[in-house]
Amino acid sequence: MDIASREYARRAREILQHHPQVRESVTGATVNFDRHRRSAYERIDAEAWRRWAEGVKTHLLTHLDRYLEEMEENLRKRGARVHWAETPEDVHDLLRRLATENDVRRVVKGKSMLSEELGVNRLLESLGVETVETDLGEYILQLLEEPPSHILGPAIHRSLQDIRDLFHRVHGTPLDASPEELAGAARRVLRQHFLSADMGITGANFLVAETGTIALVENEGNIRISTSLPRIHVALVGIEKLLPRLSDLSGFLQLIAGAATGQRLGTFVSLIQGPRCADSPDGPDSLHVVLVDNGRSRLLADSEAWEVLRCIRCGACLNICPVYRQTGGHAYGWVYSGPLGSVLAPGLVGLGAAMPLPFASSLCGACEEVCPVRIPIPDLLLSWRRRAVEEGLTSSLERWVMRGFSGLVTRPWLFARVSRAARLLLPFLRSRGLPVLRNWTQHRGGLSPSPKSFREKWKEGIE
Amino acid sequence: MRVSLFATCLGDQFFAEATADAVRLLRSLGVEVDFPGGQTCCGQPAFNAGYWGEARRMAEHTIQVFEESEFVVLPSGSCAGMLRTRYPGLLLVDGPNGEAACGLAGRTFELAQFIVQILGVREVGRGLEGQRVAYHHGCHALRELEVRDEPIALLESSGAELVAWETAEECCGFGGVFSVKLPDVSAAMADRKLETLPAADVLTSADGGCLLHLAGRMKMRGLGTPVQHLASVLWEAARGHR
Repeated sequence: MDIASREYARRAREILQHHPQVRESVTGATVNFDRHRRSAYERIDAEAWRRWAEGVKTHLLTHLDRYLEEMEENLRKRGARVHWAETPEDVHDLLRRLATENDVRRVVKGKSMLSEELGVNRLLESLGVETVETDLGEYILQLLEEPPSHILGPAIHRSLQDIRDLFHRVHGTPLDASPEELAGAARRVLRQHFLSADMGITGANFLVAETGTIALVENEGNIRISTSLPRIHVALVGIEKLLPRLSDLSGFLQLIAGAATGQRLGTFVSLIQGPRCADSPDGPDSLHVVLVDNGRSRLLADSEAWEVLRCIRCGACLNICPVYRQTGGHAYGWVYSGPLGSVLAPGLVGLGAAMPLPFASSLCGACEEVCPVRIPIPDLLLSWRRRAVEEGLTSSLERWVMRGFSGLVTRPWLFARVSRAARLLLPFLRSRGLPVLRNWTQHRGGLSPSPKSFREKWKEGIE
Repeated sequence: MRVSLFATCLGDQFFAEATADAVRLLRSLGVEVDFPGGQTCCGQPAFNAGYWGEARRMAEHTIQVFEESEFVVLPSGSCAGMLRTRYPGLLLVDGPNGEAACGLAGRTFELAQFIVQILGVREVGRGLEGQRVAYHHGCHALRELEVRDEPIALLESSGAELVAWETAEECCGFGGVFSVKLPDVSAAMADRKLETLPAADVLTSADGGCLLHLAGRMKMRGLGTPVQHLASVLWEAARGHR
């Protein structure tokens, strides 16, 4: 997927001004997610769990080469095909080849943000392969031709009524259909696709090096069907998704469920070890595991930014983020949004292309507190901001202002005089002139400084 | 005991009376207060905007100003957070002032934090009897300084009723430069705070920036809850009346 983050401020404004129901839907859903996450964290010693998970992921990432080799060997032993893809084009080439060689006409997809990152749907369409998203939220978005706005609840920016209207148009369900009826309508359509699909494409939540086990967590069952009914299963996996040992998996399965939805465990957890084999009649004829880099190894080598690779895509940072809650994910213009997106985008697509996402944060720090793998998101944001300044990506006006400001700050006598002048002038500047001031006053009215500064009061003596 | 007051930019220019109240409050608790005249800005706006070179120069200036101070007290959780949690990292990188930065970090406190943690005082007076107070936890006081219970303890012991506020710990959207870089999102964040604000006689916080932003937004939306800095509210508790 291309990145359109440069439009962040404009899109955010447009959503807030013209689509106020987005803010309402997103805030409602994320507050709810976060409440569940909180109660899950209260059930366990969350601090101890988070430190443990951070340690496992850090160990994995600092020994990644070793674990990748171990994983590949174990997957091959069980009959899976392992492919390495450095770029989206590598993935496209592979899928093109698999589709042609196996005469693939229809693909069912389980929810996968990586497939969004790689533009898989667009490729398949260009090949004339019918592609159906089977996660209910993703299915809704496919009908609406919209990208996901949340890594877990892709359609959370849409209200129930939006979906009723859509399904009324597409499936003829009543305009006041219950959520159960709506899900039932989607289920009937999707069932036909499941039964006739040649290939299932999914992501992976975890990939255990020790055993070559792919772990997939979901609540709808569509991923389980997508991985078991079609002849071919393709799992797209970012190289950072590995876990060293099977015993780590049990902890991470609980942690991701708790952080994401407050569940003790996802409703469906599929552990896939290979394709159908002689003593087991179920499963696909072939399993292809595609290990995707797409900028990850370069990010891993970045000593200031690599920690974001610990991310397990639970969405907890999006759910608690007060900035994300106002607009949902579409404002960010990229597949991953919210705090995670703002520190991942510059690492994967480059800082220049990801601007101004590192600045799309008030640095409140709530994300870091809930992150199950303790990614120091505010520190990462600050580091990207520093680099943006170093690389000349901020405006020359801002650079000039900051330089002038630091000159003042280090000259107290001048600082006191300029502060005083500014304070006395401020009431007269209100609605005109300075763009920075206008950005303040348009939403908050004029500024009313104290009649006398504290400095002056101190000189006069404080009673 | 002697403390140096760091008024901060907003405390000096926009909350001068509240800053004076901080002085009155500290004096009433038997603390001698001085005000080093060379103080300016802690550098947080530059730091958060990515201008670390400029921020470093401002930090070095501040370190020099408060070199001799036994304690530095600020009527701001955000600026106190800058001194306590950001100066060491900012200055250790290139040497000479790193140690001084760590020293200053350890001697720096937000007002309520200082009163409870250093003075060991959990009650300044009972002058807020019957008042309904809404307390906004500024993000840096809460998450950088981990100051959560201190202001609450002082307010509760004053006889005030702390109203339950669903978003008391949620960011108000001020965020310093964020408020002018992304004004629409910033205002929407304030609106969420205000949409959930229960009836109260006063809305208070340890951070002037948050209050300036929230008060402005309230005025624009025609809401009437009075807004006061924590220093003033606590001084009223100590003095015995509002």
